[in-house]
Amino acid sequence: MSLQINLEYKEKQVLIVRLSGELDHHTADDVREKVSTAIEKNNIRYVLLNLEDLQFMDSSGLGVILGRYKQLKQIDGEMIICSVSPSVERLFNISGLFKIIRFEKSEDEALQRLGVA
Amino acid sequence: MKNEMHLKFRALSQNESFARVTVASFVAQLDPTVDELTEIKTVVSEAVTNAIIHGYESNEDGFVYITVRLDGSTVELEVRDEGIGIQNIDEAKQPLYTTKPELERSGMGFTIMENFMDEMTIESRPNEGTVVRLRKKLSNAKAVYN
Repeated sequence: MSLQINLEYKEKQVLIVRLSGELDHHTADDVREKVSTAIEKNNIRYVLLNLEDLQFMDSSGLGVILGRYKQLKQIDGEMIICSVSPSVERLFNISGLFKIIRFEKSEDEALQRLGVA
Repeated sequence: MKNEMHLKFRALSQNESFARVTVASFVAQLDPTVDELTEIKTVVSEAVTNAIIHGYESNEDGFVYITVRLDGSTVELEVRDEGIGIQNIDEAKQPLYTTKPELERSGMGFTIMENFMDEMTIESRPNEGTVVRLRKKLSNAKAVYN
């Protein structure tokens, strides 16, 4: 079982990252590498992380998401996460990430927030 | 009903998913809820990841050992490594505490294990290794009152 990472570049420095499969320590490195490179090379300021098709996540996922959140903060950017399953939501709650990262129900709602819908 | 199984595998990150799926399919005979199964998969993933990253410091020569015991509706899980051990267990258990921030570790592993299971004990000796024991009583296991 692995993880697929789909990147879509939108206008206004927005990058959509869609993850499907399982996000653990084994697959987190790939996310870190692909997403942080995409942010740097394409002058991205806003990342919309869509977790609709994520089947599994553990604390390694929290680590890589927090890492990208910090990366974006440094360039005065922002991260929005959408379509979170109840089990993944629980991890965000336990870790306190729910308090610092913006969450939206769907990709459409998140894009509207960013003004690129 | 009592049942037991043992797993031994090399400390490779690709074995994390193998470990959690294997433990989950063994536990499935107790008819756990979907949530309970997700919790068990998550804690296996946390403990095995700790063994690989912290116990063996990503040295792939090491082995990780898992024992699962089923007793009635209770699942007992033991994840063991023969790595460097934990210097300060109380510190390691603190939420957001990590010795490896450069690897983007969240420091939430033990907090999640404690949260998702009923009991957690950690035993560790420097340069000998660490054993994490986790126990959980499943809600709808049928075996008990027959």
